[in-house]
Amino acid sequence: MHAVIPYVIAALLFGLGVYGVLRRRNAILVLMAVELMLNAVNLIFVTADVTTAAAAPHAGAVFALFVIVLAAAEVGVGLAIVLQLYRLRKIVAVDEVMLEAAPRDEPGQAVR
Amino acid sequence: MTAVLGTMLPGVPLLFGLAGLLLPPGDAAEPAPGGRPRSAGEPGRRPAAALGIAGAAISFAVTVFLLAVVEDPIEGGIRWIRFGDLDVTLTFSAGVAALYVALAVCAVSLAVQIYSVDYLHDDPRYAPYAAQVSLFTGAMLLVVCAGDLILLLVGWEVMGICSYLLIGHDRRLPEAPAAAVKAFLVTRVGDVGFLLGVALLGVDAGTFRIEEVLAHDYDAGTLTAALVLILAGVAGKSAQFPLHTWLPDAMAGPTPISALIHAATMVAAGVYVVFRLFPLFTRSPAALAVLGVMAAITVLLGALSATAQDDLKRVLAWSTVSQIGYMTGALAVGSPAAALFHLLTHAAFKALLFLAAGAVIHTVGTNYLSRMGGLRHAMPVTFWSFVIGLGALAGVPPLAGFWSKENVLVAAAHATDGGEPTPAWVAWLVWIAALVGVLITAWYATRLLLRAFFGPSREWSADGPDWEVGFDDARYSPPRAPHDPPGLMRWPILSLAVPSALLGLAAFAPGFRTALELEQPHLDVAVILPLVLLVAGAGTAWWLWRAVPGVDPVLALGRAQPVLANGFYLDTLQHLLVVRPVRALASSLKLVDERVVDATVEGTGAATTRAGTLLAAAHQAALPRAAVAVFTGALLLGVAAAIYGVAS
Amino acid sequence: MTVADALLLALGAIAVGGGALVVISSHLVRAGLYLVVSLGAIAGLYLVLGAELVAWVQVLVYVGAVVVLLLFAVMLTRAPIGASDDLDRPAWPALLVGGGVGLGLAVLLADAFRWTIHPLPRNGTAERMGEQIFGNWVLPFEVISILLLAALVGAIVLSRPDIGARPPEDGAPAVPEPEREAA
Repeated sequence: MHAVIPYVIAALLFGLGVYGVLRRRNAILVLMAVELMLNAVNLIFVTADVTTAAAAPHAGAVFALFVIVLAAAEVGVGLAIVLQLYRLRKIVAVDEVMLEAAPRDEPGQAVR
Repeated sequence: MTAVLGTMLPGVPLLFGLAGLLLPPGDAAEPAPGGRPRSAGEPGRRPAAALGIAGAAISFAVTVFLLAVVEDPIEGGIRWIRFGDLDVTLTFSAGVAALYVALAVCAVSLAVQIYSVDYLHDDPRYAPYAAQVSLFTGAMLLVVCAGDLILLLVGWEVMGICSYLLIGHDRRLPEAPAAAVKAFLVTRVGDVGFLLGVALLGVDAGTFRIEEVLAHDYDAGTLTAALVLILAGVAGKSAQFPLHTWLPDAMAGPTPISALIHAATMVAAGVYVVFRLFPLFTRSPAALAVLGVMAAITVLLGALSATAQDDLKRVLAWSTVSQIGYMTGALAVGSPAAALFHLLTHAAFKALLFLAAGAVIHTVGTNYLSRMGGLRHAMPVTFWSFVIGLGALAGVPPLAGFWSKENVLVAAAHATDGGEPTPAWVAWLVWIAALVGVLITAWYATRLLLRAFFGPSREWSADGPDWEVGFDDARYSPPRAPHDPPGLMRWPILSLAVPSALLGLAAFAPGFRTALELEQPHLDVAVILPLVLLVAGAGTAWWLWRAVPGVDPVLALGRAQPVLANGFYLDTLQHLLVVRPVRALASSLKLVDERVVDATVEGTGAATTRAGTLLAAAHQAALPRAAVAVFTGALLLGVAAAIYGVAS
Repeated sequence: MTVADALLLALGAIAVGGGALVVISSHLVRAGLYLVVSLGAIAGLYLVLGAELVAWVQVLVYVGAVVVLLLFAVMLTRAPIGASDDLDRPAWPALLVGGGVGLGLAVLLADAFRWTIHPLPRNGTAERMGEQIFGNWVLPFEVISILLLAALVGAIVLSRPDIGARPPEDGAPAVPEPEREAA
């Protein structure tokens, strides 16, 4: 098979993932784009198994497995953060996250 | 023995002056600061006055003694320092001519010290005043007796600083500090040239000793350059054109100071220096030409400006400018003896005039001639002193001024034939200027006498009595009736009237004459011309006075009067051409210092802080922007690596 | 052009197209579903390339768990159901950088491999993969289990309701109370 095909596919997927990270405002959509990137990397690993004779056979596939596990862990923790942010600030957009301390609510207003 | 006395001559006043500066400035008549009256033992002005008078008296006595005893010049000195090839010594050398000048200085200084005790009776800072006068006397004597250009320079500069301090003595007069600064700065401009000239002479000769400098063979260009530079200093100190603008304003100082510094001594120092270095001047016709032109302009400038002044002291100040022009003119035409003779007589009669003017101002309470009049009856002694002084100034025979001015005119006339080191046209210039000056001098002298002493009294203006302006501006008192000055002021005036009248006859005395190397005085036809001019000038003034009584004769000049009264607006010109550009330069330099130099230094800190703040803000970028930054960086690094990989 | 190539091209097109729709779509839920499509296509690609275990693990974990998790999060953050128009930031930095990265990598890889042909290896069956994992790669395997544990614990800790709440000053409860419906 022509190895260049899956490689180029992986490259395009990675570029789409970068585009998505930089373009999307919703934190969950950003995480989806990150998943795209990780999958692109996985595809490269698996294709490398075909094109390169590694010292250990199937090394690329093994790495891809590990990356899948890592991605799952990352999505879990990441979504926990996003949900906690949503719970506290009622925002999900990444550019609304305030880096300084939020101003205190005026005394007398109902605590929301 | 004579060497010791010789060093005492300038040394005593200098030491007494320095000691006097240590005294507290108090005055026993005034209450102590704080308002309480002084107790009997508290130091007031007595120690200061005593110190000053003692210093002057001792110097005077020493000078008289040395004149009586000495025939050859007194020498003495030490070597001070050696700069490679250049030897700097401090030598003392006083010939008989120098001793006569020193005598004049000491006499005037003593008279002034005694006079000041009464004149400045209400001055709260008498002790520094007396000390500065002593210092000044010592410095002038240093100039007179110096055998070394460096020592002369030291005395020259100390005189400058004392003049500054003394002009600005009364701090409460609004014009005094400005006048003091102006005097200092204008003479300073000249002093720069003087210093450069002295340096040039000394370095070229390898030594600063005056005898060796006089004997050294300079090359013509160097000599002319050095002498013209020295003439700059002479012009500054002796108030010659164009550095004369400080002298009329210096009249803001107390009148005894005007008598001492600005009539008799400091302004004569320039003339004395040229006299001392005259053998060098004879070798440089160019320098003599410069001096001659300067002298001619100054004679006429001073005399014309004196005709239109309303302030009594300013008339005398411009008159001084003019008379010193006579001295420098005599030097320019090759007769240092005539110059020195005129210096001595001028010291006598100008000091007399200033002290007598002080007496008038002291009782009348104002400087202005337009507020005086008819003082002849109330102040006879002062009136006759003025007559003698003004007569000597105008050159009325047989008073002193006549003989010395004759000498100058004869020397100038003689030089017009050629044969002197001066070019003949310079001699013509000086001679004609001197003759016209005689006319104008007689005119303004007569005007002064008539306006102040004759006619009705203008003391009380139409609105009532004038207030007395003393040293204490806060204390106004109605003017007392004009009276002759009290004892301590009267005796110096009287004692100066004697040489004003008789000093001219000393030209007949052989000892004096050989000491100054004067020619034998002879009265021939040439004396008629100045006498005619004298009579013409005095007569015109008197006729104008009689024709329109009560009106200032100078108003006959019509539109020229304001021009003359302002000294041909040379002051304004100097202000425009020099003062304003220098001030502008100074303020622009200050701006450069603040905006460029300071700003660079402070800006480094400010820029660093701002850069830090910017970087801190960049660090605080929110997630989207940070993500963009990271990915862009990665992209760029990848591209760079790819290019590198392709290239290598 | 072998069968493998054709399959690769087709599945690749689906993957790239699905990925593009993920990052372009204005419907939040549809983006998640397009992600499913894309990930499924990638699983197909793995199958063609001979990595069987990876392909099925991909379907199990990625499609089955990760995407579900993402959709859960979409629900829990009250995402709008229809199209939303405030989902995107300015396009040009993303286009520049994303386009640069993607195209750059593609060019790089195309330049490296040109049109060379590589034979497909033996299939990566579970047995063979297991030999490798528990043989050569056992240490990373153990470490990754610890990492999973850490992620688990971390996710639970992060979900605690009292994290980030300020200590109350005026007697208000530390935990912000849930919104009450307007009466």
